[in-house]
Amino acid sequence: MDHMEYVLSILPFIASGLKLTAKIYIATLIFALPVGLLAAIGKVKGPKIITRILYLYTWIWRGTPLLLQLFFMFYGLPIIGIRLSPFAAAAITYTLNSGAYLTEIFRGGIESIDKGQYEAAKALGMTYPQTMRRIIIPQTVRRVLPPTCSEAVNLVKETALLAVIGMPDLLRIATQIFTRDFNITPFIVAFVLYLIISSVLVKLFGTLERKYSIYE
Amino acid sequence: MDYVLTILPILLKGLKLSLTVYGIVIILIFPIAILAAIGKVSGPPILKKFLHLYTWIWRGTPLLLQLFFIYFGLPYFGINLPPFVAVIIAFVLNVAAYETEIIRAGIESVDKGQYEAAKALGMTYFQTMRRIIIPQTIRRVLPATCNEAILTFKDTALVAAIGMGDLLRSAKEVVTTDFRITAFFVAFVFYLIISSVLLQVFSRLEKKYSIYE
Repeated sequence: MDHMEYVLSILPFIASGLKLTAKIYIATLIFALPVGLLAAIGKVKGPKIITRILYLYTWIWRGTPLLLQLFFMFYGLPIIGIRLSPFAAAAITYTLNSGAYLTEIFRGGIESIDKGQYEAAKALGMTYPQTMRRIIIPQTVRRVLPPTCSEAVNLVKETALLAVIGMPDLLRIATQIFTRDFNITPFIVAFVLYLIISSVLVKLFGTLERKYSIYE
Repeated sequence: MDYVLTILPILLKGLKLSLTVYGIVIILIFPIAILAAIGKVSGPPILKKFLHLYTWIWRGTPLLLQLFFIYFGLPYFGINLPPFVAVIIAFVLNVAAYETEIIRAGIESVDKGQYEAAKALGMTYFQTMRRIIIPQTIRRVLPATCNEAILTFKDTALVAAIGMGDLLRSAKEVVTTDFRITAFFVAFVFYLIISSVLLQVFSRLEKKYSIYE
């Protein structure tokens, strides 16, 4: 079938785009999770100045479009002399953006833990880091899992914005092939791939959530 | 800050476009989403399957891909739409898919006893929906809907990717023309102000509607 042959011929290009999408996605998750966790703890129990800075951070990075943040990093920073590699600039932007959302998610989770837990831990003579590590964080993990998984699935779709700043991700490659061949097939392939990825992630996270909620 | 004053007109013009797109999209999605949600809850199986496919595809793929497909891809089928119309259609389909799921969850969270009581009182399905179910649903879906509304406003920035002169694109053009990043800062401030205002408006709306919860 001529159609199938065409799909097979563009598959290598599509695969390279998919590789970049995956790289950014994984890099973002690896860095955004610790950033979110530390910032959440800092927001809950840090000195006033840290709390204010973090509040400003989450307010700006959640209140403005990701695309503007990308434009700022890619087109704005070089103007003031900061030159980063495209991948580094992209990874930093996505990390800061997702980190801001994760900070609020984790903070909500931490603050939802009953204050009695802290009191009991204090009565047992635990230090604050001990309390966090043994009592609070394990309970928080269970509560923040649904919104975190939702954010992780959204991240896949947000990686598509790389196409706008010229990085060869899945969407950009698909668009390039479309422009070159004037054939709608690459878009269809992109649709199918994104759909498969997000559906697989949703299923994966759903199983994870179910496994963790057996005590709820 | 004379520079800021000189670039303000261009940015405000972009802001006007962003807000126009946003306003039209918001107005259009509600009827679509409510009808689709009701269709998903109590429509014929074929309609349910079709709507399920719709929300699955339009929530599972990036908005930018949908935008590119409608704006660049449709001419391949001979459908040539002006940019503004293409943008509106893409946004409406995308946001309505999310809103459909939100409303559907809201409808399904209303206790089944309500339907039984309404039936016992002799109400038709439409009467039940209109007088009993939907008013309760509105209260429940308000937080998620307001969240979605704020996200949608930030998503309007994506029209910059297909060349439309919204706030983001205007800012970028000023930055690259004047080689100064000030315009980006102004854009940041504009987006922050508007999303914060929207947040305030919606939380007040939520508070007003939750007095019975």
